[in-house]
Amino acid sequence: MLYLDNAATTPLHPKALEAMMPYLTEHFANPSSVYSPARKVRAAIDEARQTIATAINAEPSEIFFTSGGTEADNWAIKGLWSSEKGGHIITTQIEHHGILNVFEYLKKQGFEVTYLPVDIEGLVNPQDLENAIKPDTRLISIIFANNEVGSIQPMKALSDIARKHKIPLHTDAVQAVGNIPVDVHALGVDMLSLSAHKFQGPKGVGALYVKKGTRLAAIFHGGAQEKNRRAGTENAVGIIGMGAALKLSIEAMPKETKRISEIRDKLIHEILTKIPHTKLNGTTGDKRLPGNVNISFSFIEGESLLLHLDMNECYASTGSACSSGALEPSHVLMAMGIGHELSNGALRFSLGHGNTEEDITKLMAILQPAVEKLRSLSPLYDDFLRSNG
Amino acid sequence: MEYSEKVMDHFMNPRNVGEMEDPSGIGTVGNAQCGDIMRVFLKIEDGIIIDATFKTFGCGAAVATSSVVTEMVKGKTVEEAMTITNKAVVEALDDLPAAKKHCSVLAEEALQSALWDYAQKNGITIEGLEEPKETAHEH
Repeated sequence: MLYLDNAATTPLHPKALEAMMPYLTEHFANPSSVYSPARKVRAAIDEARQTIATAINAEPSEIFFTSGGTEADNWAIKGLWSSEKGGHIITTQIEHHGILNVFEYLKKQGFEVTYLPVDIEGLVNPQDLENAIKPDTRLISIIFANNEVGSIQPMKALSDIARKHKIPLHTDAVQAVGNIPVDVHALGVDMLSLSAHKFQGPKGVGALYVKKGTRLAAIFHGGAQEKNRRAGTENAVGIIGMGAALKLSIEAMPKETKRISEIRDKLIHEILTKIPHTKLNGTTGDKRLPGNVNISFSFIEGESLLLHLDMNECYASTGSACSSGALEPSHVLMAMGIGHELSNGALRFSLGHGNTEEDITKLMAILQPAVEKLRSLSPLYDDFLRSNG
Repeated sequence: MEYSEKVMDHFMNPRNVGEMEDPSGIGTVGNAQCGDIMRVFLKIEDGIIIDATFKTFGCGAAVATSSVVTEMVKGKTVEEAMTITNKAVVEALDDLPAAKKHCSVLAEEALQSALWDYAQKNGITIEGLEEPKETAHEH
């Protein structure tokens, strides 16, 4: 099997599983109980909180555990709505649905929403943010690294603007944390979402960084967990697994970022040179996530190419995993001005720790004949050949 | 979303692929905007469809529906071909996922569009056949 969908999810790190096992078995106590077995679970949660805080240069008291990236995103945005109704909020046209649909929801609740455009490389122009700000702008949320095309936003330039206007800035850093260096102070953000299963942690657990002094209402009400801000018995085993996985990712990062970026660039080069009528979507170099490759194959449709890969035990994605099966072309590619036909023919290959350079050869052996076969079926290809003699 | 074995078979081994020389009728429906384009070619002699081929840009279901519709139509009279509805296409493929049902509609439309082209070229009327809508289909 050739797994090239690490942006959708990653396999659990064996050492993270090892760290989790005792808490799935003997250390089952509720961390909020007062007796000693419970205190052991509490201590392990605290240790994970410290690990995560250190990884993003935050304080442990600024880390709040959630059920994943989507909850962290919902909380960061709806926490504002819970405290005060109405006003203007800003996001981008290339957010993950975890943000986009929260903004759509708040729009229905009476908020005014601005969706910032992006350029052909998938990057926000800070000047557009400056121009979008109004006297009643209450929150800005900008995805740090895009899940479909891997574009990494100039967050410092954007946060400087937010700070100047004293508007809280949230970033969805789900694709970034564990894959590229993330420092909340260097980025200048007030809130940041992360998710464990994107860096070989377990699914169903994530965190929201909330900078000290940021006003944010709770959206889960109940017990006093997470300093009264997020009720519900902690997902202790998930949190412990997330801490272990992030520690391993941070340790491996200097080497892995370089290694994976090199495979990425070789893979891009290989596809663009060996398969005609292909186009890279997004930006290059350090402004692109190390593992992200997004290519449009002219004259064919992404899902049919994906099915061919699937039949050969090769797993990739069209757009994001969440939109497969939808009939709409990717909102991210459309926002970048890629156009319908090339958006429909786009595939994302996302590399991770398990991939090696040999995978390029393996992929090309499957991809090339699949593209040829689908083009032989395509009336668009016939039309193209006819119009080009 | 999961495709039936029949759909996967028609997708991986599509029948009757290709452009046809001197077809009696050609029908093209859909557009790149909605993600599917189907082109059906028919060879008709004495009112009987003796050959049918297709070219399709689209998802797995789009390829499979156009493949199966060319199989279904061969050997039929033009009147019999009119009875091939989108429902018949779905049944022939052992069902389609709900989000992909529109592909069967497109296959029916591609077939009827090719029949219309044939009727126009030959100045005949086929019972129940209407002029195809413009290619910008809403699904």
